[in-house]
Amino acid sequence: MADDLTIAVLSGKGGTGKTMVSVNLAAVAESATYIDCDVEEPNGHLFLKPEIFSEETITIGKPEVDNRLCDGCKICSDACAFKALAVVKGKLLIFPEICHSCGLCYQLCPQGALTEVAQRLGVLRKGHRDELVVLSGELQIGEPSGVPLIKALLENITGGITIIDGPPGSGCLVHETISRADFCLLVAEPTRFGEQNLALVHELVTLMGKPSAVLLNKTTGDDNPSRAYAEAHGLPIIAALGWDEELARITSAGALITEHSRQYHRYFFRLLDQILEEARHA
Amino acid sequence: MRKLLILSGKGGTGKTTVASAFIALSGARAWADCDVDAPNLHLVSGAFPESSTKDYHDLPKAFIDPDRCTACGLCYDVCRFDAIEPGEVYQVDPIACEGCTFCRYVCPEGAITMVESKAGEISLHRRGDQIFSTATLKMGSGTTGKLVSAVKDQIKGADAPLAILDGSPGIGCPVIASLTGATLALMVSEPSVSGLSDLKRVIASARQLDVPVAVVVNKADINEEQCAAIERYCTDEQIPFLGTIPYDTAVVTHLNEGRSLAHADGPAAVAVKAIWQRTAALLEAL
Repeated sequence: MADDLTIAVLSGKGGTGKTMVSVNLAAVAESATYIDCDVEEPNGHLFLKPEIFSEETITIGKPEVDNRLCDGCKICSDACAFKALAVVKGKLLIFPEICHSCGLCYQLCPQGALTEVAQRLGVLRKGHRDELVVLSGELQIGEPSGVPLIKALLENITGGITIIDGPPGSGCLVHETISRADFCLLVAEPTRFGEQNLALVHELVTLMGKPSAVLLNKTTGDDNPSRAYAEAHGLPIIAALGWDEELARITSAGALITEHSRQYHRYFFRLLDQILEEARHA
Repeated sequence: MRKLLILSGKGGTGKTTVASAFIALSGARAWADCDVDAPNLHLVSGAFPESSTKDYHDLPKAFIDPDRCTACGLCYDVCRFDAIEPGEVYQVDPIACEGCTFCRYVCPEGAITMVESKAGEISLHRRGDQIFSTATLKMGSGTTGKLVSAVKDQIKGADAPLAILDGSPGIGCPVIASLTGATLALMVSEPSVSGLSDLKRVIASARQLDVPVAVVVNKADINEEQCAAIERYCTDEQIPFLGTIPYDTAVVTHLNEGRSLAHADGPAAVAVKAIWQRTAALLEAL
């Protein structure tokens, strides 16, 4: 297991078991890095309970105007593609919540009236659980985009095995999350909702040229729309994990199933091996 | 028009299960799927005789004319979205580009133009006096919040006393966009440490926008201790707790067949019906 490999765990639909799979894989990997990129609702730390050794505030630049210098010329507000600036009755108004922090307005202002001020976007916590490095980002309430926080998190990939716990969906956060991944593990549940969203995230990883495989979670032996999707679309099925109320109960209490059951420890150990094998051959 | 928004913080707790049942139980004439990242409400909304779908456009994205680019690198230097790829001629990664136009301003050759970009599709379905608004985001497009606002706008003028909005997980731009103007955000939680942690964050997000909240717990019997913890949290925070829904395997069977719980009679369906009555009473009072 000496080579460097970054695996992103995704699902499209929320609540299919991304975090359960990611934290248990990380726990059996022992010497590895776990990164929680679900910055809107980070949960990995609830299971891994890392000893935190650093906490860093991540900021993002937003414009502030010096009204003594601004002459209301509208050059900045006309140029802002996001309409985050407006001049009303000769006075510049700034809407930081829709500003994308592109930096154009500072460059254009002929009066030098705009300055970039750092605003708190969230925190990045680094910790460890024995040999496992645990990183997580927590987006500040009310902030629209966690993309810069995910970028900051991913700068910490140092080599070895990295397991990234992804956000749900298939939008910009997921896109950023998998930008550095070598392989994507898609966790799917046996419902039509799960299948629909598996298809969307599979489309995204394929578009980005990332090899992927699916883990069918909560299977019941009945019809599984996600399995049917995978089979019809050449998406390798790496494993199927049957619905188990005990697993659900342990996980709901914030515990690691691999610590509670030798059987599951073996299961996740073998699963990690299979994923690494699949990723190397992809 | 009162707008009932269904949220959860954590994904997969049963937002769409509750939303689809409420739509049928309330006889709502307007509803919308605000989870444009992973829409599912259409799977349990039945067939619509009338539908119109149109392209949804994002901000135009930068394009570098390869015949005019001299590879000076100025665009690369100013782009904060890592959207410019250096090379013999520079290229724009349209997925990363957010359309800010900074590169176009600095290009000394005038080689950069902004080109129209399709970000997704937005649909409006009609059946009698019912309308259903939904959208699909194009892969790699990052304009989720604006698309959610567009989905909501389609039902804004509807002649209906109540609209039901199915939200997305998380607390970011799509959730903020869905919360704006909502009468009540009903949070569907699940009895787990993750469920509670995520619930607290989404409630804080709603409160920041002055949207009243209420809570229900789905699959409540999976962990009764955690369910009690959520109920305690609601009591402490003076948040209306509208009930619990038991874990019921019939739910998946129903939804997989495209039916909402409104016409079912298992334990989960019975609970959802009682919760709808309490939600309706709460909405009346707001």
